[in-house]
Parts: sequence; C-alpha cells; structure tokens
Amino acid sequence: MTRGGETLEPILQIQHLTHTYSAGTPFQRSAVEDMSFDVYDGEFLGIIGHTGSGKSTLIQHLNGLLRPTSGRVLLHGKDIWAEPKKIRSVRFQVGLVFQYPEYQLFEETVYKDIAFGPTNQGKTGEELDRCVREAARLVGIRDDQLDRSPFELSGGQKRRVALAGVMAMEPQVLVLDEPTAGLDPAGRENLMANIRDYHRNKRRTIILVSHSMDEIAQNVDRILVLKSAHVLMSGTPAEVFARADELLTAGLDVPQVTRIAMRMREKGLPINPAVYTVQALERELLALRKGGAAC
Amino acid sequence: MLKDITLGQYFPGDTVAHRLDPRTKILLVTFYIIALFCAKGAVSYGLLALTLAVCVRISRVGLHALVRGLKPVLFIILFTGILNLFFTPGERYLVEWGVLRISDTGLRNAIFMVIRIMLLIMGTFLMTYTTSPISLTDGLERLLNGLKKIHVPVHELAMMMSIALRFIPTLIEETDKIMSAQKARGADFESGGLVQKARALIPVLVPLFISAFRRADELATAMECRCYHGGEGRTKLHVLHYAARDWAALALGAAILVGVLALRPLGL
Amino acid sequence: MAEIIRTENLTYAYPADEGAAPALALRGVDLTIEKGSFVVVLGHNGSGKSTLAKTFNGVLLPSEGHVLVEGMDTRDETQLLAIRQRVGMVFQNPDNQIVANVVEEDVAFAPENLGVPSQEIRQRVDSALRLVDMADFVRHAPHLLSGGQKQRIAIAGVIAMEPTCIVLDEATAMLDPMGRQEVLSAVHRLNREEGITVVLITHHMNEAEDADRVVVMDDGEVVMDGTPREVFTQVARLRSMGLTVPDTVDLLDRLRKDGVDVPLTALTVEECADAILEAIAK
Repeated sequence: MTRGGETLEPILQIQHLTHTYSAGTPFQRSAVEDMSFDVYDGEFLGIIGHTGSGKSTLIQHLNGLLRPTSGRVLLHGKDIWAEPKKIRSVRFQVGLVFQYPEYQLFEETVYKDIAFGPTNQGKTGEELDRCVREAARLVGIRDDQLDRSPFELSGGQKRRVALAGVMAMEPQVLVLDEPTAGLDPAGRENLMANIRDYHRNKRRTIILVSHSMDEIAQNVDRILVLKSAHVLMSGTPAEVFARADELLTAGLDVPQVTRIAMRMREKGLPINPAVYTVQALERELLALRKGGAAC
Repeated sequence: MLKDITLGQYFPGDTVAHRLDPRTKILLVTFYIIALFCAKGAVSYGLLALTLAVCVRISRVGLHALVRGLKPVLFIILFTGILNLFFTPGERYLVEWGVLRISDTGLRNAIFMVIRIMLLIMGTFLMTYTTSPISLTDGLERLLNGLKKIHVPVHELAMMMSIALRFIPTLIEETDKIMSAQKARGADFESGGLVQKARALIPVLVPLFISAFRRADELATAMECRCYHGGEGRTKLHVLHYAARDWAALALGAAILVGVLALRPLGL
Repeated sequence: MAEIIRTENLTYAYPADEGAAPALALRGVDLTIEKGSFVVVLGHNGSGKSTLAKTFNGVLLPSEGHVLVEGMDTRDETQLLAIRQRVGMVFQNPDNQIVANVVEEDVAFAPENLGVPSQEIRQRVDSALRLVDMADFVRHAPHLLSGGQKQRIAIAGVIAMEPTCIVLDEATAMLDPMGRQEVLSAVHRLNREEGITVVLITHHMNEAEDADRVVVMDDGEVVMDGTPREVFTQVARLRSMGLTVPDTVDLLDRLRKDGVDVPLTALTVEECADAILEAIAK
C-alpha cells in the first residue's frame, strides 16, 4: 500500500485466521473464520461490524490474548506464537484498550495506574516517568491530577486515564475497542481529537473498532467491514461508502450523509457516490448548483 | 479455571427429577445426607450409590457433568482420604513406614469416607442441576417459613441467595474481562511463587470489588423502583404445590433412609 | 390533555463535602409531562438530565420544590409505592437491573412485590413480554441475551406493573446501534399502541427525531422545550451546549449560509434530500 508517494510496510499480517469456541461440543461456533488482511505501519484503520461479527475475538488475537485455532498473526513478519513464552512482549508492542476500560483502574493514584503497564515492561526511573507524563499529556490529563485517586475523577476522565495506561507502554500498534462508547457528543469529540493528535504526532498505527459509521468515516484512512466472522469489504472510506447499498443489505449502518446522497442520486441528481462528510456533500451540492446555473 | 465452577449451574429439562417440587428435592437430599452419615457397611453404601445412579439416570443429567462437578473439590476428597488412611489406629497394620502406618480400619475408613463425600457432593449437585436456582430458594424459603416466627429473616436470606446466584455468571464474565485487560497491560498471572501470584491478583480484585459494589447499589435502586419492599404481602408467579409424585418420592426416600438405619446395628 | 408528572421549582443539590457549597444539579425546574406523550430529554453529561429523571419516581427527593405524580407528592412516603407503580424506571446498565436468572421470573418481580395474584402475574408477564417482542425468551437466562434484549426484558419488567409512564434513564447509552433500535421501536410501540407516556433521557440526538416533544437541559435548567423541529433548528445554541445536531440539519444550515434557500426543518434523511433537490432545481 502507498500513501502520499511513500510505500507503507505491513506491520501486522493476519493470515487465514480462524477461532472456534467450544470446539468439539454442540455449542461449537467460529467467531472468526479464515480472515486475512494486512495492517500497515502508521495507518489509521477502522474496523466496523455488528456485535457478534467477530470484532472482539479478532482484536484479542492481535496481541496474543487469544491463540488462533488455525492461521497465523505476524508482527513485523514474525509469527507472534513462534515462541509462546515471549507472548507478553507482543502485548507491549500491540497495545489493546478494551471497551469501557475505566473498569480496569485499580491503583491509588492516577500516576501509579498509568505506570502499571510500563512497569511490567521493565521501565524504571526517568524513562518510566517520561512515559507516564507523556501519555497523560496525550489524553489531556493535567499534571495536578496525577496524584489524585482515579476513582475521584469523572467517567470521561477515568476513560482517559485507562487509555493513557496503554499508551504509556508506547506500543507500535494501538487497538481501541469502542473508545467513545457511552460518552456524550462533546466527550466523544474530545476523546477522538486526542486520538487523532496521538496518531498525527506519534505516527504510530491505530486500529479503531467502532459501531458508529460516522465516527469511522471522520477519522480513519482505511476501513475493514466484518460480517458474520468474515471480512466483507475493505478500502478507503470513499470506496467503502460508495458501496452503501451493500452495507445496508448486510444490515450495517451508513453515515447519514451517505444516505442523503443516495436518496438524491435515486432522484436523478449526479452526486459523487463517495461523499460521506457534511462538508464534502456541501461542496458537491454547491458545485452542482453553480454548474446548473451556468447552463 | 473459572469455567470449571459448576455451583448453581442448572441444566433445564423436563424429567420427573426436574418436575418434583423443590421442597421435595431439598428434603430428599437431606434424607440422603443423613443416610450417608449413618451408613456403616458396604451394603448401605451400595444401596445409596445405587439410589444415586437411578436418580442420575432419571434426570438425564449425564454422569460426566456430575463428575466434572467433583473436580474443584478433588483436593479436599483426597486430603480427607489420606488423613483417614494414615491416622486411623487399628488392630492390624497392613503397611508400616516409620510414623506412617496404614491399619485395616484406616483403609476401610478411607475408602468409605471418600465414597461418602463423593456421593454427598454428587447428590447435592444433582439437585442443583435439576432445579433452577430460583425455585430452589423458593423451596428453601417455604420450608423454613416457620422460622419467621422466631425472627429469622427467611425471606431476606432467600432473596440474597437468589441474587447471589443470578450474579455469579455476570461476575465470572467480568473477572475474565478484567484479567484480559490487565494482561493486555503486561500483567503476569502465571509465573512466580504463591506470594507473587497473590500480589498479581490485586489489579483484578480491586476493580472487581468496586464493580460489585456499584452493581449492588444500582440493583438496589432498580429493585426499589420495581416496588420491592421486603417479603410482606409478596405473591409468587409460581406457587408451589405438592403433587402425587412428590409424596411418592418422599415415601421412597424415607424408606431408603429407614433401610440404612436398620442396617446400621448389623454393621452392614 | 391530562398531566402525569409536574415539577414545581424542582431543585436538587448533591451532598457536598463539609464546608463546600452544595453542587446544584437542578435549579428550579418547572416541567409538566402530559399523559400519553413521548418526551425526549437531551443534555450533555452533567447537565442534570439524569438527576431530573430520578426525581420522577422518588429515587431522589427534591431539596426544594415538589414533584407531583398524578397529584401525589414524591415526598409523601405513604404514596411512594403508588408513585413507583405508576412511573416505571429503566436504567442504563442492563446487567444491574435484572434480578432473577430466568426471564419470566424477572418480569414477574414487580407484580410479585405488588401482591398481584399468581394467575394474573402469569398474564401480565406474558403480555409484557409480547409487547417488547421477547415472548420467545420466557424461560431463557438473561445473562446470555444481547444488550438490546436485556433492556427489553427490563422494560417488560416495568410494563408488568401496568404503569402509566416509563422513564428511560439513558437506557440506550450502553447499546450498539442495533440494540438501540430495538429498544426505541419497543418504546415507540408502547407509546403508540398502549398509550403509555414515555420520558426518554439520552444524549443521542437522532433518538429525538420521532418524539412529540424535546426538552433540552443545561446546567440544571430547562433551556429549550418544543417539538424536535423547533429545537433542532437552533443549531448554534445546541452546539454551544456541547450537543450536536443531526447531519441533516447541519447540512441544511451550511447550505443556507451559502445562500441556498432550504428550510431548516427537514429532519429526516428523505425530507432533507427532497428539500435540497427542490431548492437546487429552482
């Protein structure tokens, strides 16, 4: 894959990944079935799909929390299960933030909680301090909040602390499962802005799992659509939303803007099928109006 | 590891064993336990093992599910067995290694004790496997109803028990989730000695307790919002009735108990 | 129309640390909820919307002012059961409001508490489960259901009290889009077909599209109150309160600023697309 002229290297390669729960019992069920895709160094990848599409199972394979029933996960070209004893080092390179991560906080102070991951990594002294403070800054936690108990903070701030706890391990890939679930619009937007800043400044790979098509559409470079344990499609947001009818048939949502554009196209207006943001649709419409006026 | 916990698990079904009134089943298990502790010899144990086998057969629960239930308590069973084996004084010693001596009575006691505990656990599990926790607590509440007169909070205890059972799967799921989240931050639950392993659990236990308290608080509010105000004036969706099969089952159970008691003086 | 809930100068202060001034979550709210209406209460986190909901059936009691449910004051303890039977409440976390480990037992919980005879409990449970489209799950274990299904069980549990009003306190916040849709269509059906008053507390703007009335809370006060169209057209004001507007309204607002003559009131995707088409064709 290339972006802006530079060729991107795959950092994670998922090859024919299958995960079967309760194998050999009547409850046997594959949550992930023969999935293959690459994740490129530095990209912002969005993964979308229903509850039960295999998203959660998939992402737990990326850092070795689950072991594939068959297939492989390669990190920098190396099978992460080549040496099962070293699986912990994979978890430091692929940081995973679960849904509602604020429930994982346990330390007496915010600082100590953020330091849990990097300490497990073996970081000490100044390096540890730098990691903790930098991660806190990235998610907008103030210095004076570091000595407070995480349980005194508001829900949104707790979530930031939990996020910082994973960022502080300085992983090369950051996987976020529904980071904005349950937050109000302003909280969602603030948190996404922090995540975008992190991506821009650190140039590290981010994988964002979300239910919200709008959130995915506004943030990512590339989208992977999952449906019933398989990859349904993948491509840039423009490519994926241009196939809006397929998404809708698959029972998935599309951004509201895409639906407005679809409706207009049905009624004969020649609108670019790939628009998915309000601004883009506005530009399209204005261009059309000017074009129309010139006739 | 957490998946092995079968306590309070219920296998829905529609056999006679499932349809019996929970009170009947509680009484039968009580009879069974009394009989187990009164059993003296091989004949009694044989009779009781046979009784369990027939009940398992009727309930269609499957022996492997019952045996799996034994796994978490295997250590206790073995421990009791070994204690009995080595530390029962007897007339004749079969083996002697220094202080460790196995007497004939010891061997006999050990075998019977292991069988007794296994039957006891499997018998109790058979009841929980065939009775939904809610009807079990219902049955218990009704059986102990008389104790209300001496101010035993029977209803409250039964309610606590059914809520605890309701939340076991939720809390197990939550524990798994928190463990995964901490593993993703490099927590290591496997290596190190006992102390280190116990310390490694702090990042799991603290969030788990906080969450349990939050859940309890929210649940209490939700219950109040649904007009919960204690056991007074409460009715039930399912009213318990003794049917003919319950009387029959109780009579059979009593007969077996009497039989074991009769065999006792004979040492059988 | 008859009113079911009325608040008069409703003020609520959360207990504060000693010496500090108590934090006011509600500052003199006067609000009337009409019987049979579908009211959506919007607001960002900390706006007081959830506190407001909890005063409606006496979970929280006013520090000042009154909340009247069909004329009964929530501060009157002798009326509390009657109030709670009329105003049912569904909370955010589906796991923390399910009491029993069989669906029917859970739905039966409230009528059991109210001392309803067994046979009638059976009827209420069955009809409540039918109303939320969960009749096939009578004997299921709730913890194995999806979030949307659990929330519908919780709604059925409230319906079984035969309330006149249901308050959903951010009951959709933890659900995925599908679960949210299931819950929304269930409450809309209850409102339409059973005439049950619905008060839906949320921060999802699009859940307000089909409401009769939208109330916007900010800093413990009601700042807007009107039909969805009246409220959503005030784009700048909503944004200043940390709320977003639906993309349809955002687009129309931008086009108007660009000099395209479109109305701001086209809320749904279809209306919006049609309105723009018409304006462009001119």
